[in-house]
Amino acid sequence: MDTLSHFGRPLLDLWQTLAGALPGEWAQWRFMQLALLAVLLAAPLFALIGTQVVGLRLAFFSDTLGHAALTGLALGVVAGLGSPLWAMLAWAVVQALLVTWVVRRSRAASDTVLGVFMALSVALGLALLSRPGHGGVQSYTGFLVGDVLSINARGLAALALALLVTLALAGRWFNALALAGLNESLARSRGVKVAVVQTGFAIVVAIAVTLNIQWIGLLLVNAWLILPAAAARLLARNLRQYVLWTLAFSLTAGAGGLVSSYYWETATGATIVLWAIGFFALALMLRPWVAAEKVLAARASDSPDAAPGS
Amino acid sequence: MLPSPELKISVPHSSPPCGACLTHVRNLGVRFGPQIVLEGISFDLRCGEITAIVGPNGAGKTTLLRALLGEVRHTGEQHFHDHFNRRPDRPVVGYVPQQLAFDRGAPLSVADLFAVATGHRPAFFGLAAVTRAAAQAALAEVDAAHLLQRRLGALSGGELQRVLLALSLVPTPDLLLLDEPAQGLDAAGLVRFYEVVARLRARFDVAVVLVSHDLAAVARVADRVLFLDRKLLAAGPPAEVLAAPAVRERLGLPALTKIL
Repeated sequence: MDTLSHFGRPLLDLWQTLAGALPGEWAQWRFMQLALLAVLLAAPLFALIGTQVVGLRLAFFSDTLGHAALTGLALGVVAGLGSPLWAMLAWAVVQALLVTWVVRRSRAASDTVLGVFMALSVALGLALLSRPGHGGVQSYTGFLVGDVLSINARGLAALALALLVTLALAGRWFNALALAGLNESLARSRGVKVAVVQTGFAIVVAIAVTLNIQWIGLLLVNAWLILPAAAARLLARNLRQYVLWTLAFSLTAGAGGLVSSYYWETATGATIVLWAIGFFALALMLRPWVAAEKVLAARASDSPDAAPGS
Repeated sequence: MLPSPELKISVPHSSPPCGACLTHVRNLGVRFGPQIVLEGISFDLRCGEITAIVGPNGAGKTTLLRALLGEVRHTGEQHFHDHFNRRPDRPVVGYVPQQLAFDRGAPLSVADLFAVATGHRPAFFGLAAVTRAAAQAALAEVDAAHLLQRRLGALSGGELQRVLLALSLVPTPDLLLLDEPAQGLDAAGLVRFYEVVARLRARFDVAVVLVSHDLAAVARVADRVLFLDRKLLAAGPPAEVLAAPAVRERLGLPALTKIL
């Protein structure tokens, strides 16, 4: 922690000076300056992970990880930890590994397995928190809705670290993960360790989601992860466009949602997600134009194929 | 698995095929729990030859292919000798899967497919020059050079199979495994696909293994046929194997050899 504050403080001071120079009353508040930094760190992290979560059809999986935080939180409270974050992270990772293992092992449909784990996490969390002496379930609703004021220097440092590690991992494993998502046999024939790559990705998702629960809220954290990628998928025609559109939607929804939540006096997480839904609706409306292009391209391509021996 | 910058085989060869590189499979067996799926399978694969594997449904054809890929735990031995009679432990295996099941709406172009499958640079940064050159050369081999920038989901069945065939050429394979590659193609796509396969076999001097239900195609393109039903029941030239009464009976074909 000492080295962290040694290097982190000046950086944070610098950021606050920069953010404070932004126009608008909101930018004068320290908590908003920190929140903007959180957006700028979380949006690329979520964009990178979200493209793969949507591509691999893991939206429900990442949703269960958000809910896993409830049990993590409860375990942290019962153990008497000052900050429940470590317990939440640990439980999310354990659940990610368990789910991945059970889905690979059992013949049950993965959404059934996920449903069971989601129920387990919520039920166990609520049961533990509702025991006398923990202040009652209602004192933890902040975790459901999220609280911008919960962002602090330590949380930001953790987020920055998560982003750097994820970028490094993506640099090495993005292709393997994408190929495994396309076809597992094809991936294995090219030396990809499918189970290892997918398990590793599950851990990354667990950590990224959990780190953002406290300020986005566990009800909606998954929506900010999924929606920008889902919107981008409607418009993109290759991987580069897909990642860039996702990043643009994620950043704009994050920053736009944060600033407008200040003026509208609304919950930040909810406002960010409303922006993301707006982008999704926009993409849906623009899709016919993009799709028309696709049909034309497909028609043009059929002609050489119809004439064999060219 | 780094891409070869050029799609030339690394050792000089003459066509007709040198026939010097061989894959020996000896006594291969696979069991899933108590169930014996394959047993006592022995055969040789020669470069420049197309070996077709035929058999009734559930005969273990795809399992044999997956065993050759190393995806399924199996007993028995597998040796590969290259042109210089060296024995590299693992030959380069190209694989064309059966009817690639994928999300047709996926934002993935043909170039992206080559990027994710043949290079380490994250595909969203675009194609590295060396990967692009290899992709273009491979696509040209299968008459698909014009498809590089197209979305995978927008390809016709025939185009998709040719693209997957091109992908299996990077890096240049010693062994090419095709699992029902022409299933679901229309007549024109089918003819074209097998033309390309026959051409590649000679050009790259590669050993091709073809799993297929399409006996007419097998009779036309294969050099050798392995008839499989848990055990290897017959092996030889297509005209011989496909005419054998025992084989025809198991495949539910009339005894006469009219379709040949």
